[in-house]
Amino acid sequence: MPEISLTVNGERVTKSVEGRTLLVEFIRESLKLTGTHIGCDTSQCGACTVHLNGKAVKSCTMLAAQADGAEITTIEGLAPEGQLNPMQKAFNENHGLQCGFCTPGMVMRAMALVAENPNPTEEEVRHGLDGNICRCTGYQNIVAAVLDGAKAMRG
Amino acid sequence: MEDFTYTRPSSLSDAATAHGNADDAMYMSGGQTLIPVLKQGLAMPTDIVDLNAIGDLAGIEVAGGFVTIGAMTRHAVVAASAEVKSAIPALAVLAGGIGDPQVRNRGTIGGSLANNDPSADYPSAVMGLNATVVTDQRELAAEDYFDGMFATNLEPGEIIKAVKFPIPEKAGYAKFPNPASRYALVGVFVAKTASGVRVAVTGAGQEGVFRAASIEDALSGDFSAAAVDGATVPTDDLMNDMHADPEYRANLIKVMAKRAVDRANGQG
Repeated sequence: MPEISLTVNGERVTKSVEGRTLLVEFIRESLKLTGTHIGCDTSQCGACTVHLNGKAVKSCTMLAAQADGAEITTIEGLAPEGQLNPMQKAFNENHGLQCGFCTPGMVMRAMALVAENPNPTEEEVRHGLDGNICRCTGYQNIVAAVLDGAKAMRG
Repeated sequence: MEDFTYTRPSSLSDAATAHGNADDAMYMSGGQTLIPVLKQGLAMPTDIVDLNAIGDLAGIEVAGGFVTIGAMTRHAVVAASAEVKSAIPALAVLAGGIGDPQVRNRGTIGGSLANNDPSADYPSAVMGLNATVVTDQRELAAEDYFDGMFATNLEPGEIIKAVKFPIPEKAGYAKFPNPASRYALVGVFVAKTASGVRVAVTGAGQEGVFRAASIEDALSGDFSAAAVDGATVPTDDLMNDMHADPEYRANLIKVMAKRAVDRANGQG
């Protein structure tokens, strides 16, 4: 079994994984970081979105072994425990969720979007969330939250 | 997913050796198709040889009338590249419309072409621009590279290194995406070059990407969207599935061709 060594939310981790272990399985089952969700497991829904070296990726569509040497950020890594970062706060204030299952992936994708484009238009936000599916909200409040979060992060 | 032996070689020759020594190996580039395929058990290789650690396979170079894109270059990188936007803007547009942002951060041009999904975007650019696929063994012209649905003329173990796109006078791409998968229900790449007009269609052909001869003829004398109206697209070899029948696809080919020509002409 390959041994992998990577940084997850700023902490160095070294573990053995099977070749077939998905990154999302490694995050949830080996590291017990269950904020990253498995929605569809078919690369569609984006609930499993994490940051790989700063870029949003679907952790159900990457092998854990491929993250050897990488820096991974999950939803748990966005803010110290008990606090919300500006994007999380914007989701809260805009009611950008109903059941909340897609929310970790939405927030991770939104953070990457804003890092690439600090002042996005509504259309850019909608296209930027192409890879994240929400079955509750109809997206209106999610888009409002991302625009608000982007504004808060610009300061 | 069945387990496999995972290796991540750091050179092309080590990758080819690892592939050759295994019972039934597959290369992995971006993995955005291969991992779902493995999950479904549609492929059960004994070995996965990951190409992600090989240096020099990613990158974009514009020189001598060509845009050369390394096989491991991610779609997001091509979409954002100032060089590609300047030399062949249609290629950046195409890359920026593949899948979704997360998929574009992992998926690669080499992986897309090696897989040759009949609804993938990149094959239409390779065929439409008459690009050359450069491997670790040889160079293949677009027409010699594709070999039907999910099939190419790559030999077992052969690795794509880069794709060389000749810079056209103008080019445009338009696709009608399946709203769920975002694969092309029909995608049309048109290019006007010194040696003529090329029109390549993806998403519609039973044998994968193909050139639409009737639209090429119509555009040769008059490179305008209106000229496409007079062309007849044969339905004989078009796909028939739950999403669209051949007649619907034939119509979409003309509609997408017109949009692509407008974009090439700076009007879309």
